[in-house]
Amino acid sequence: MLIKLTGGRVHDPANHVSGEVRDIYVEDGKIVAPKPDARPDATYDIKGRIVMAGAIDPHTHIGGGKMNIARMLLPEDHKGDPVTCTELTRAGSGHSVPSTHITGYRYAEMGYTACFEPAMLPANARQAHMEMGDTPMVDKGAFAMLGSDDYFLRQLAAKKDFEAIKDYVAWTLHATQAIAIKVVNPGGISAFKFNQRKLDLDEEHVYYHVTPRQIILTLARAIEELGVTHPLHIHGCNLGVPGNIETTLATVKAAEGLRVHMTHTQFMSYGTEGDRKFSSGAARLTELVSKTPNVSIDVGQVLFGQTCTASGDSMRQYAISKSAHPKKPVTMDIECDAGCGVVPMRYRDKSFVNAMQWVIGLETFLLFDDPWRMFLTTDHPNGAPFYFYPHLIRLLMDKSFRDDSLQKINSDAQGQAELLKSLSREYTLDEIAILTRAGPARSLGLKDRGHLGVGAAGDITVYRDDPDREAMFATPELVFKNGEVVVKNGKVVKVVQGATHVVRPDYDKAIEKPLNDYFDRYSTVRMENFKLADEEIVRGDNGAIIAQPTGARRS
Amino acid sequence: MSNSSPRQPKPERASPTVFKNVVNPFCGTLADDLVVERSGGGLKVVENGSRESIAGFERKLPRANPLVNGKDADLSTAIAEAAKLIGKAKLPLFGGLAADVEGMRAVLALAERSSGIVDHASSEALYRNLKILQTTGWTTTTLTETRNRADLIIIAGSDIQRIHPRFFERVASPPDSMFGVTARKRTVVFIGKGLDRSGAEGAKIGDVVTIGCKDEDAGHVVALVRARMRGFDVTPPKRSGVSRAEIDALAERCKQAEYGVVVWAPAALKSAHAELAIEQFTGLVKDLNQETRFAGLALGGGEGVTTAAAVCTWISGYPLRVSYACGAPDYDPYRWDIGRMLKDGEGDVLVWISSISPSLVPPPTKIPTIVLGTPGLALKRPASVFLPVGTPGLDHAGRLVRVDTVVTLPLKDLGRAELPSTAEMLSAIQAAI
Repeated sequence: MLIKLTGGRVHDPANHVSGEVRDIYVEDGKIVAPKPDARPDATYDIKGRIVMAGAIDPHTHIGGGKMNIARMLLPEDHKGDPVTCTELTRAGSGHSVPSTHITGYRYAEMGYTACFEPAMLPANARQAHMEMGDTPMVDKGAFAMLGSDDYFLRQLAAKKDFEAIKDYVAWTLHATQAIAIKVVNPGGISAFKFNQRKLDLDEEHVYYHVTPRQIILTLARAIEELGVTHPLHIHGCNLGVPGNIETTLATVKAAEGLRVHMTHTQFMSYGTEGDRKFSSGAARLTELVSKTPNVSIDVGQVLFGQTCTASGDSMRQYAISKSAHPKKPVTMDIECDAGCGVVPMRYRDKSFVNAMQWVIGLETFLLFDDPWRMFLTTDHPNGAPFYFYPHLIRLLMDKSFRDDSLQKINSDAQGQAELLKSLSREYTLDEIAILTRAGPARSLGLKDRGHLGVGAAGDITVYRDDPDREAMFATPELVFKNGEVVVKNGKVVKVVQGATHVVRPDYDKAIEKPLNDYFDRYSTVRMENFKLADEEIVRGDNGAIIAQPTGARRS
Repeated sequence: MSNSSPRQPKPERASPTVFKNVVNPFCGTLADDLVVERSGGGLKVVENGSRESIAGFERKLPRANPLVNGKDADLSTAIAEAAKLIGKAKLPLFGGLAADVEGMRAVLALAERSSGIVDHASSEALYRNLKILQTTGWTTTTLTETRNRADLIIIAGSDIQRIHPRFFERVASPPDSMFGVTARKRTVVFIGKGLDRSGAEGAKIGDVVTIGCKDEDAGHVVALVRARMRGFDVTPPKRSGVSRAEIDALAERCKQAEYGVVVWAPAALKSAHAELAIEQFTGLVKDLNQETRFAGLALGGGEGVTTAAAVCTWISGYPLRVSYACGAPDYDPYRWDIGRMLKDGEGDVLVWISSISPSLVPPPTKIPTIVLGTPGLALKRPASVFLPVGTPGLDHAGRLVRVDTVVTLPLKDLGRAELPSTAEMLSAIQAAI
């Protein structure tokens, strides 16, 4: 099967193609070199249209226990957004924590072809993958959370051989079918179980006497030496605390040249200036990260409306539970492994703090000059549901729209938004393509995604060139998944099951001996049952596994 | 799925096959350390058995044919009859729902296509919890966390020993713990004089305390503890059997605990409107978390109810009691309660799924009933269609969600009998509609 997309203006930054008219050929699901003499089975005349690779969301909470708690907690979230089944698609419900099928359809209808769940608790990995298995249309993958799990903390406290720690990190990636490792409030989720209510970068965990700095350095180094492409994904200490910009800057410096990704930095960039003792740290963060090439970031933009925050950071989620709207926060301590907190939240443009969060996120986007080290996220659903992305893209691409929006927010926040008002930057289509395709693919090590070069998967999105960029990105004209048309004019026309991307770094299988002893002594789950077999995803969830390459293990 | 009638046990083998790390699907806490042998005589639990797991694994499976109106039928005839009944129904009710993840996925797919209602046999108990979750939120914990960390475990008005015979062995008094909170340093408080304390006695638990109220008054006792902690001058009534000193002592234990866990099982709470008792339990946790650490642990979860609620939630957006009558899922925990609907004459066909234990039978009803059941299911009257299905974790592989809602466990095919899974059977029905 050969198809040809002809006449489109291609934005493919990974291959240095910037809006030139190019024909794209896809054969058996993969992009191939132009075959001018061949007779395609189908030709799509997309003259004047904008063509990009399928979009990739590298940080979106789409599956796993905390999302299902959020769904269970918030029937009111779904009541207003019911979705009927069709001949083709399943029923479900939407808004901030949509049901799984609806999540898949809406991502695809927005031109996305891959989504990554960034906070999979190893103890909950099986369920996270099952939920993703019921999320059609998109490829997916998950980051396993480490850093508050007792096995790791015990190893670190006992100053175990670093190679053994690396083996454990690699074993976790295998056992949970993950593509990366995330650390959330390093050590803090565990510390909260010991009744510590905060844990600064250099503050000791009361039981293990290790610090978040040590945890971050150990995990970041382990990942680097294991050859895993995506660097340690860090949700740092003190999320949401005014003044946490100091912690965040210190964390960036703490990486000591190791590659790290600082996630949803908007929530981590708060100063204490101004009458309300709450101010933007975006300028300081972006200045430091700009000159720290080992660090990448995503923003976690807040957009106004009802949503639900859901995080592994039980310590900080508990702390903000008084802000819950509606007032029904959930906190959970989990399996000597991790925790979670689910706090429904309504971001109001007339709230000073919420408006400042909006300002800080936009400042971060507009001040940071290396799109290859920045991803477009709302930290779905924490800052806003993912289908607000087109609105966010318009805010970035359209200065006058941004200025109009700024007029509507809390007036005190407007008073602190002089910097934002002064920023005239408008993102280009190439930059958007980097933020939403090429950058995430490169960072996650997805060799054949996020670009349109020969050998890439036929995941392609075609947009009408609408000056209203929100309308343009909300309703792509065509979306191809592995060379098949799956969305037309923003509606699903074919349902497909995406693959699950994982990494499989080398490790010494002897690690299973102490691990097995640990599970037998302390856990209510056997190690053999903890591990998630390939066939659960392949047969049980009717999926497929793609093992992305890793570099050679180093010591 | 094979077309032959699914009734033959697998052929006898010379030497027994031994399975390790076997999950017990007959209890919501899903112990996964069983060792089970299969021989010509069936299955035998050789290690880590309990009353209910031995009964479940070792039950002699009777021969079971597909039945239409009580008479033997081919599988294909029975499936066609089921498809016909569901296909012409205006409001099919999908109840029971004792199934694995794959089975629940198939239930939801078929309910959606046939405009049906989805509700589990024990969701009345589940809803005691959900009413509180959905109005106030809560703070909870899990089995492994409790096992290693809790220095105070309060068993609140629920007979945990009866429901979960291995809870004390696996969670409350394990031989070892990660943080030195061994059983010897642990206090277990029973609120309710009728609760079976045998799991705690004899075990090496440091302190075992009983608050001698009626079991159904546990919520009142906890309310008094909360009131005393806030400094209110309240005294339990004489008839309660509890003294103010006992209340104060319990309050003090709670405040001194480093990690306290309040345990209840919603199905076991005997008081009317038991959600109000649960609100007190989770309220106690909330009060104490301001200064120390406390968490709730809701148990029960038998017959796959946790799995049913979890899968229904991620697929529809709602935890059971969902109607697809209008196409999109509609949620109403009162209106779409299948028990109530049957009493009130609503619905025109009942599809009852009971693949785990032989005792989960449909409520009495006059509407046609299609049963997907484990052979030996103790039906009170013949169903319109009976389709024998396998038990996940014995007859086929599958997955179940544990009662604490976080851990999902893989179930093995122990090769007990050649029976199709609930998922396979429902898919065949859906294909035939």
